[in-house]
Amino acid sequence: MCLAVPGRVVEIADDCDIAFRRGKVDFGGIRKEINLAYTPGVEVGDYVLVHVGFAISVIDETEAQRVFQYLEELDAVNEELGEIPQ
Amino acid sequence: MKFLSEYRNQKAAEQLARAIRKKVNRPWTIMEICGGQTHTIVKNGLEDLLPREITLVHGPGCPVCVTPIELIDKAVALAKRPDVIFCSFGDMLRVPGSSKSLFDVKAEGGDVRIVYSPLDALKLAKTNPARQVVFFAVGFETTAPANAMAAWQANHDKVDNFSLLVSHVLVPPAMEALLSSHNCVVQGFLAAGHVCTVMGFEEYVPIASRYKVPIVVTGFEPLDILEGIYMTVSQLEEGRHEVENQYARAVRREGNRPAQQRIAEVFEVAPRQWRGIGEIPASGFQLRGHFQQYDANRRFPFAGEPAREAPECISGLILQGIKKPHECPAFAVKCTPENPLGAPMVSSEGACAAYYHYGRRQNQNVQSELPSPASR
Repeated sequence: MCLAVPGRVVEIADDCDIAFRRGKVDFGGIRKEINLAYTPGVEVGDYVLVHVGFAISVIDETEAQRVFQYLEELDAVNEELGEIPQ
Repeated sequence: MKFLSEYRNQKAAEQLARAIRKKVNRPWTIMEICGGQTHTIVKNGLEDLLPREITLVHGPGCPVCVTPIELIDKAVALAKRPDVIFCSFGDMLRVPGSSKSLFDVKAEGGDVRIVYSPLDALKLAKTNPARQVVFFAVGFETTAPANAMAAWQANHDKVDNFSLLVSHVLVPPAMEALLSSHNCVVQGFLAAGHVCTVMGFEEYVPIASRYKVPIVVTGFEPLDILEGIYMTVSQLEEGRHEVENQYARAVRREGNRPAQQRIAEVFEVAPRQWRGIGEIPASGFQLRGHFQQYDANRRFPFAGEPAREAPECISGLILQGIKKPHECPAFAVKCTPENPLGAPMVSSEGACAAYYHYGRRQNQNVQSELPSPASR
């Protein structure tokens, strides 16, 4: 039930009341109307994490790359030590 | 899909598994809190990548599984009423009550509808003013902002025929209940990433320090889980017990403030019954103040038969990580997704469902022996 899926905001409809702020979010080609009340700073093009029709977080693209940078460093260290991956 | 597929990369997973193998020297038992994480682990066979020293036990983070049977019975009774449209997330429909599930009621002609969002239920209430629309508001902290918003919008738009049957539970009190139990074997936690997306992770700091357990906020894809395990094992091997954040692409230390504000406006903390575990103080939400007019519990008084659990079901032990699904004599024999004895067999986050669907039915390759509590 805590499933949340990342999608790209493609359109934001401006409502006077932030509680009703909606937008269209693209999930790999499928577009759904999503409530954006909890991500007030979100802009078109941002990726949001969506749970039961609500965006609950804006994805931090720099943080998203961190694990891959770490793995690259790990590879470099292993090469330096002359270790062959098993 | 971006931010999903790259975290399922096999080469990177093997690299992380190698890093874990290099790090580990002693046996450790780690619990993943969330049932979504359990499903990733079992579906992708992540346990087979890990060194034998590491035992994963599956936690109570399945809201469908811990919703008390009395509330399922109440939902069934409400769904039977001709004046009610009963709305729920799909997971709840097959969960067995004392005599029926919501799915049985639907098969018998009850107006039970699966909705994607609580706002869809609210929309149904607006388009069906002559009917009562009840939404089964179950969930952990992740779902609380959505359910709070449904109550808030109902109040704002004066939708009087809408109500919520609330069964909201909280992760930190459940972790404390597990840790203070005498048979707890857990030495480190993968905390539930999406719960922390909403609530942040400051509330876990006192738990990590009081019980001397590392807690790593972890995501849901295979690389997230493996990195979470790597970070937990590093702490255990180095004798540290801190709160760390593996899932920083989605989780901020302070969580989602606007969501927390809406939750605080609509809900208040209350004691909750956890199915198979019992009552845990201050472990859930109930509607507060004038939002109680949207409480289905108050709107529809209910005096049902006393609840009856299937005696063979050991879901309480499974939800606490004391037993694994395949150790239950009824597993895949008397208890299947078609004829479940307990909720973990039918929820998309239930450990029994994960073991059943992804073939972890025998003891082979599964480390079923848990370390004794004395080895903690």
